Amino acid sequence: MSDPLHSLTLAELSRHLAAKQVTSEEVTRAFVERTRAVEPKVGAFLHRDEEDALAQARASDQRRAAGKSLGPLDGIPIGIKDVISVKGQPLTAASKILKDYISPYDATVIERLNAGGAIRWGRLNLDEFAMGSSTENSAYQTTANPWDLERIPGGSSGGSAACVAAGEAPAALGSDTGGSIRQPASLCGIVGLKPTYGLVSRYGLAAFASSLDQIGPMTRTTEDAAMLLQAFAGHDHRDSTSLKQSVPDYVAAINAPAKKWKIGVPRDFFGNGLDPEVRASIDAAIKFYQGQGCEIIDIKLPHADLGLPVYYIIATAEASSNLARYDGIRYTHRSAQAADAVDIYFKSRAEGFGPEVKRRIILGTYVLSSGYYDAYYLRAQKVRTLIRRDFENAFQTVDAILTPTAPTAAFKRGEKSDDPLAMYLSDIYTISVNLAGLPGMSIPCGFTQNNLPIGLQLIGKPFAEAELLAMGRLFETAHDYHSRRAVL
Amino acid sequence: MPQPSVDINYVANLARLDLTAEEKVRFASQLGDILAYFEKLNAVDVTGVEPMAHAFPVFNVLEDDVEQPGFTPAEALLNAPAQRDNQFLVPKVVDDA
Repeated sequence: MSDPLHSLTLAELSRHLAAKQVTSEEVTRAFVERTRAVEPKVGAFLHRDEEDALAQARASDQRRAAGKSLGPLDGIPIGIKDVISVKGQPLTAASKILKDYISPYDATVIERLNAGGAIRWGRLNLDEFAMGSSTENSAYQTTANPWDLERIPGGSSGGSAACVAAGEAPAALGSDTGGSIRQPASLCGIVGLKPTYGLVSRYGLAAFASSLDQIGPMTRTTEDAAMLLQAFAGHDHRDSTSLKQSVPDYVAAINAPAKKWKIGVPRDFFGNGLDPEVRASIDAAIKFYQGQGCEIIDIKLPHADLGLPVYYIIATAEASSNLARYDGIRYTHRSAQAADAVDIYFKSRAEGFGPEVKRRIILGTYVLSSGYYDAYYLRAQKVRTLIRRDFENAFQTVDAILTPTAPTAAFKRGEKSDDPLAMYLSDIYTISVNLAGLPGMSIPCGFTQNNLPIGLQLIGKPFAEAELLAMGRLFETAHDYHSRRAVL
Repeated sequence: MPQPSVDINYVANLARLDLTAEEKVRFASQLGDILAYFEKLNAVDVTGVEPMAHAFPVFNVLEDDVEQPGFTPAEALLNAPAQRDNQFLVPKVVDDA
């Protein structure tokens, strides 16, 4: 253990803890101190409680000393995106409207992490209500990309990605509605997995677009992602969209011998906006898989380029409905300027929501409004069916689909913040995966000449997480991109 | 497909959201651009295509009607902006008779 603790992977820390070479208190203190040192530059956390984390760590050490360890995550700090409820901790969703909100209950994923002894470490920054691709839409602070502090970490789970890339936690939870786990993972050089819709409970997740949202792991390696997903995947009766699907052994899957997969590559879909350096890395990755005996098959996703308009109709429509709950009556900011009860809605929401959230509520309300519903919302739902069919057709002949995760590496702060459409385009490769409900994973696959991480996306059939993780693992065994660390 | 122009006052009222004059101008223009971009969908033939609301079929999930632990009044009111007598407090919403 010559490397500092904060640079180790979740799996390495787990092994050291199991061998009693280190205590959870030492591990947790290492991340607490690393965070103190680099957080002024990174800005990943909206809130953190060092004493609480260390108290959890000491409890873990006592369990282990008594021979009652709760499993491989016991004693390991996990960062939490600030949209996932942890009882007694703040949840702002990076919005002023939830400025003083304290969660009165645990999300199901948190209950399951608790049952495994993981340490809940802090509240991580995001675009307000997970609406954005750069974390610049946070009402509280911007987060820097640890690889270049002038650049954005991606979004909306930018705090989670930056936290892991900066060594402030070995792993974090993110949520993904249109790419919000995978795109920041790609831009920060880590692994990010969006599970199949319905694999992970959404109970206790502040809803953005309920038919698209999923919680998933953000880690340094595919092994870590497998371990974390294992801890919280599976049916939950409190989420009516949670599926009664058996959960395979993800860790066993990534340690099994690699297969000769059939990998589909939708070149038509890569489009004109793809940066040449990203394209070169993706081409190299395709060659790598070919060299491993995988069959590379050209596929077509004819409706994939319609993913963006379909997404922005469906996601904003659902958001305009979901965010109606933030009304200033029960648990949110209440305006002091309201003239009467109904005016509380208008003024509290005006004061509490930021510009992107307002823009999306207006858009979503418009596409659902009388006279426009059929033209926008219903049509988008039909095209969503066509997008899903494209994937179903492709999966008749391939095991997985390989694309870039994002068209470019991390862009500079402020570069796209005034142009919603340009910002939306950074999710072009990830959005269709949510619309179709499929699992998608981003893994590090290269660096630009400016030393910015590049990610590739693997898309699988429903519930093929184990296969995606195994494919990612195969890439990791022959490359060192995932083990490079940002210098801070 | 209707012309992509937005009656911003009408929509803001539906959304129960006060907008400033500056926001109205800016959002109306940006939303016009976004709606124009949505016109791409008009080129798609969706005849006979079923709309998709969820990735997988969704069914009602029913619980047995048995008592379960729930919030205490104090927990339920933990984040209330105003409260009195174990209830959320709001201005009067009906006129005197």
